[in-house]
Amino acid sequence: MSRVRAALTPYALIFPGGVWLAIFFVVPTVVMLSLSLQSGNVADGFVFTWNWQSYVDGLTNYHDQIIRSLVYGLAATVIQIIIGFPVAYWIAFKGGRHKSIYLFLLLLPFLVSFVLRTISWQFLLSDNGMLLGPLKNIGLLPDDFRILATPYAVIGGLAYNFLPFMVLPMYVALERIDPRVLEAANDLYAGKFQTFLRVVLPLSLPGVFAGVLMTFVPASSDYVNASVLGGTSTTMIGNVIQNQYLVTQDYPTASALSFTLMALLLLGIFAYAKALGTEDVLEVAAR
Amino acid sequence: MTEIQAGTGAAGVAASDQVPAIELDEVVKEYVSHGEVVQAVKGVSLAIGEGEFFSLLGPSGCGKTTSMRMIAGFEEPTRGVVRLHGQDVTNVPPNKRDINMVFQSYALFPHMNVWDNVAFGLKRKKIPDGEIRQRVGEMLEIVDLVGREKRRPREMSGGQQQRVALARALVNRPRALLLDEPLGALDLKLRQHMQIELKRIQREVGITFVYVTHDQSEALTMSDRIAVMNDGLVEQLAGPREIYERPATKFVAGFIGTSNLLGGVVRAVNGASAVLALGPSDRVVVPVQGAVAEGDTVELTVRPEKITISTEQPGGDLSMVEGTVSEVVYLGTYNSYAVALAGGAEITVFQQNAHDSTTTAERGDTVWLSWQPQHSYALQ
Ligand SMILES: Nc1ncnc2c1ncn2[C@@H]1O[C@H](COP(=O)(O)OP(=O)(O)O)[C@@H](O)[C@H]1O
Ligand SMILES: [Mg+2]
Repeated sequence: MSRVRAALTPYALIFPGGVWLAIFFVVPTVVMLSLSLQSGNVADGFVFTWNWQSYVDGLTNYHDQIIRSLVYGLAATVIQIIIGFPVAYWIAFKGGRHKSIYLFLLLLPFLVSFVLRTISWQFLLSDNGMLLGPLKNIGLLPDDFRILATPYAVIGGLAYNFLPFMVLPMYVALERIDPRVLEAANDLYAGKFQTFLRVVLPLSLPGVFAGVLMTFVPASSDYVNASVLGGTSTTMIGNVIQNQYLVTQDYPTASALSFTLMALLLLGIFAYAKALGTEDVLEVAAR
Repeated sequence: MTEIQAGTGAAGVAASDQVPAIELDEVVKEYVSHGEVVQAVKGVSLAIGEGEFFSLLGPSGCGKTTSMRMIAGFEEPTRGVVRLHGQDVTNVPPNKRDINMVFQSYALFPHMNVWDNVAFGLKRKKIPDGEIRQRVGEMLEIVDLVGREKRRPREMSGGQQQRVALARALVNRPRALLLDEPLGALDLKLRQHMQIELKRIQREVGITFVYVTHDQSEALTMSDRIAVMNDGLVEQLAGPREIYERPATKFVAGFIGTSNLLGGVVRAVNGASAVLALGPSDRVVVPVQGAVAEGDTVELTVRPEKITISTEQPGGDLSMVEGTVSEVVYLGTYNSYAVALAGGAEITVFQQNAHDSTTTAERGDTVWLSWQPQHSYALQ
């Protein structure tokens, strides 16, 4: 009896997590996968026919948007690293007693709805809005200058909207560094720059790694920024999928595109993790 | 007990023709915390000789770490001068000082393996690769870590991490090594083993060691000289034997080992000794230095193991006091007696359990305590 119970214990323990995964991940994924292989239309209903055509169509018609999404996501991620690292570094090492206040200030704008925040950027950046209007009036910028509907607006919006997800993991990694380890480096003839390069940076890499995952994935599958701040030339794959579901109501194509994007992101993540496996990154930095 | 020449360990210490390895000159360190100025170090002057094993000993919070951090360069003194080999380094950053530190928590680089940890300093000094390989290899041999080069710090025991920290500092052949309670995190057995190891390594490499500890037995067994610190000041600076047997102040007497304090009014001064008035049948003579006059109050200290306990009044030139045994504790190789004197003082006596032990006083017995006058010291 007790042996049976012992054998069952692990399963009992993973049961809640398993149910969670099943309801929120496995079931929707299976439904979506089946949907992507169906044919038909909304009026007559869809039937499962192993119809791979949706994948072929999706890739043929929308490969530009897929590539653009990945490029925008990557660009936004790079910008976030460049902006986020100094911010995280400053809070972790110079924040003193007020660290939690600075973190709160960092998060404050993000308590406002994602869509509202993006729309306010639309106001700020509009062609004759608060920012560009006055500059055009005094002749600093040509009349036809614009930011909205350009890739810059979309990438900027993506970088802004997911910034906390980059800063927080970086902060956690930096904050965990023992100041005595930095003193030890200093004691062992490393100046400020060498200490940063040989100790701070490598020890912060796990945080950067996590930050990249947490921002690149949502940024490259986002559609809000492109639809609010972008134009026809900046359509991302998220916009296409949204359009296919809600407007065209071509569920199989929308599902096929979602799956393609998911597969690409997973591939990217695995390649990234393999190339920059945390241990190895640290090994390299130790030289 | 045979008398070994006191202070032999202090060889080469501050011999006047030699420049000290490390010098603190009236060093003061103030911190401002919550708007209040805290003096962590209140004016410390000391000179540490080349090749010396020097300890800073004192209770927690007395300013040992702060003093050491000023020697290493992590803190700048508020006032005073720090000299290394005669050169003023008061404002020189740690990476430009030719000394290394072993941190209390080791502070190993967690992302590097043992080899890279040890090689770190040599790489920063741009030593050629071949020489780095040779020196790191040799050092790992000295600290007995050969074969563990690829381990990460977190994959090692406390004792091994401790040795990596030691190797990482020593491999640079610094002119002095600073160790801040380096054995504090180890268990007793390992600590005793490492004390011997540290001493051996210090002899082998011949580098000046400055050793911070709050453990008096550790300081006494390892050091050539000890500075006993209290509340930001050095109370006494001397060899271990002298510190132990001739504590200069009440604080030192109390901090090092068990010691007895006895106060009395000077009844007569005979040259370099004073006779103290205690009980009517007591006779206490203590060597004194400087001006002590009749009528002054003098406090003296005498170690428990220097006192003989007997049930009959001893003769000779011994100092002696009468008292009542209030406690006897059997401690294996010796007994510990607590004896209450008529004046209210309580004296601790250690008596060896030798086979010819004659006196076996019991609780409540009236006894005589006696000691050689030269084994007692007047406190400043
Ligand atoms: N950075 C600091 N800020 C304020 N007070 C400090 C600081 N460092 C040490 N102190 C104070 O200085 C005193 C001596 O500290 P420390 O040198 O660490 O003593 P020890 O090493 O002998 O235990 C303590 O009272 C401590 O609280
Ligand atoms: Mg300390």
